[in-house]
Amino acid sequence: MIINGVTIDATFAEAFPMKATRAIITAQNEKWAMISAQAMTGFATSVIACGCEAGIERVLDPSETPDGRPGVSIMIFAMGGKGLAKQLETRAGQCVLTSPTSALFAGIDGGTRIALGKNLRYFGDGFQVSKLIDGKRYWRIPVMDGEFLTEATTGQVDAVGGGNFLVLAESQPQALTACEAAIEEMRKMPNVIMPFPGGVVRSGSKVGSKYKSLGASTNDAFCPTLKGATKTDLSPEIESVMEIVIDGLTKEDIDKAMRVGIQAVCDLGAANGIKRISAGNYGGKLGPFHFHLQEIMA
Amino acid sequence: MSALTLTLKHRPDQRVDMSPLVPHLLEGLEPVQIAALELQTGKRKVRVDELFTISGSDIQTIVIKNSFSKLDFIGKELQGGSIKVEGDAGAYLGFGIKSGEIEVDGNSGLYTGCEMKKGFIKITGNAGDFLGGALPGNKMGMKGGTILVKGNVGERAGDHMRRGNILIEGNAGDYCGSRMTAGTIAVMGQTGRFLGYAMRRGTLLLWNQPQLSASFNDCGAHTLAFLPILFASFKKLNSKFADASVAFNRVQRYAGDMSEIGRGEVLVKLP
Repeated sequence: MIINGVTIDATFAEAFPMKATRAIITAQNEKWAMISAQAMTGFATSVIACGCEAGIERVLDPSETPDGRPGVSIMIFAMGGKGLAKQLETRAGQCVLTSPTSALFAGIDGGTRIALGKNLRYFGDGFQVSKLIDGKRYWRIPVMDGEFLTEATTGQVDAVGGGNFLVLAESQPQALTACEAAIEEMRKMPNVIMPFPGGVVRSGSKVGSKYKSLGASTNDAFCPTLKGATKTDLSPEIESVMEIVIDGLTKEDIDKAMRVGIQAVCDLGAANGIKRISAGNYGGKLGPFHFHLQEIMA
Repeated sequence: MSALTLTLKHRPDQRVDMSPLVPHLLEGLEPVQIAALELQTGKRKVRVDELFTISGSDIQTIVIKNSFSKLDFIGKELQGGSIKVEGDAGAYLGFGIKSGEIEVDGNSGLYTGCEMKKGFIKITGNAGDFLGGALPGNKMGMKGGTILVKGNVGERAGDHMRRGNILIEGNAGDYCGSRMTAGTIAVMGQTGRFLGYAMRRGTLLLWNQPQLSASFNDCGAHTLAFLPILFASFKKLNSKFADASVAFNRVQRYAGDMSEIGRGEVLVKLP
């Protein structure tokens, strides 16, 4: 398959089941909601070492938030429910409770209920106040700037992590420009996050390593400097490869995000140095969800 | 299927215990069986059809017409469905209600919504003392749900209240929110003396400055984030509380009752 001169490989991306949750952070203005959201989703690029993958889903209009203030919706993904709950609570406690004027609400109504502010209430040292409004429990925790309002719980749902595609370009700047274009479009899609810095990862990994202690290592088949030194997957003109990783609530959400992302890359096309789109295929070893690139772009 | 309608034929001298006439106790009964049910009035029992004309058969929607202030225990421990009272209701309206709705287009007597668990009670007129309170000697009043009173309420509204909302469009009598453990009482009109007497936790939300006891301490003026969410939850009500123009989030906060644990609050609307 070739779109605008860009070859779409006949391969598939592999993704795996994860647990996910969503929270809504509001503040006096969008600036401070975003600051808190960025803190809460910081150091959360990969479950390999961060414990979770987190990202900003989108900015919310005041009319969309529970308290009518500007807000940001964030999502956190982890391999298990326990790990997710721990990450959510720690991050909420350190990054939202601490952030001026913030309030924190559930972003998923159904699912398994996990603690959002339920245990942060103890920070109130007995002065915390509970309010049960329309079946939802809120905690009002007295803090130095006034009161921190948080919903007690949010929903945890089954989700999919690790959807991805690779952008193969003739130069590093061209690969990055294409990825930026893809991310800009993908951020408009609901229910997905791209957890890596700016949504783009340049250090794609393969499963396993020559070193016994490592479960993952550099994807040498896609490293352009190793074209002559390993069993490469790159043709001579490829000088740079970048990857976009997507976590989503469902396989369909990731499908849609990949489609708009790949389309944005292809729109730049071969004229802008984009030669191929491929995917992190680990021979079925990584996960049960398979995203066939050509089917997605069909 | 039309609503099961009970029209009072004459006003008995003695009070009447209406507790058997709730949907969950009428389930599976034919109209003739409902007519044969016995109600306690004074020291004797009377058949339902001796007091009421019965029409309709939908037991999930009960209408009591010509009601007056001696019909007690209407909707006792209601577990779903709705009861509409045309006229006044007696004491213990909606006692221990677990779910469902009760609407009275007149006044209600003592202990309206006493020890209610969930559900919704709406009084178009006034309500008597101990609205949403606990029976004498009991320590748990209302535990959930919402009571809306469009008129005034008597003394000790929300006595020993544990959870839920009491919304009063008119005035509240003395000792409003006395011995409250938690929950919210909102009063748009005036409040009486000894507001929040011995309250432990909970919120008294007021539109007018009350006369506060010395055991309530001023915590200053604040903008509270939970108030817009609370007011938004009132939007579905057919009430002044649903009107966005009455909502506010800027309040003077008083903590009390300091003679108790002092975790309660009186929030008074600031101009």
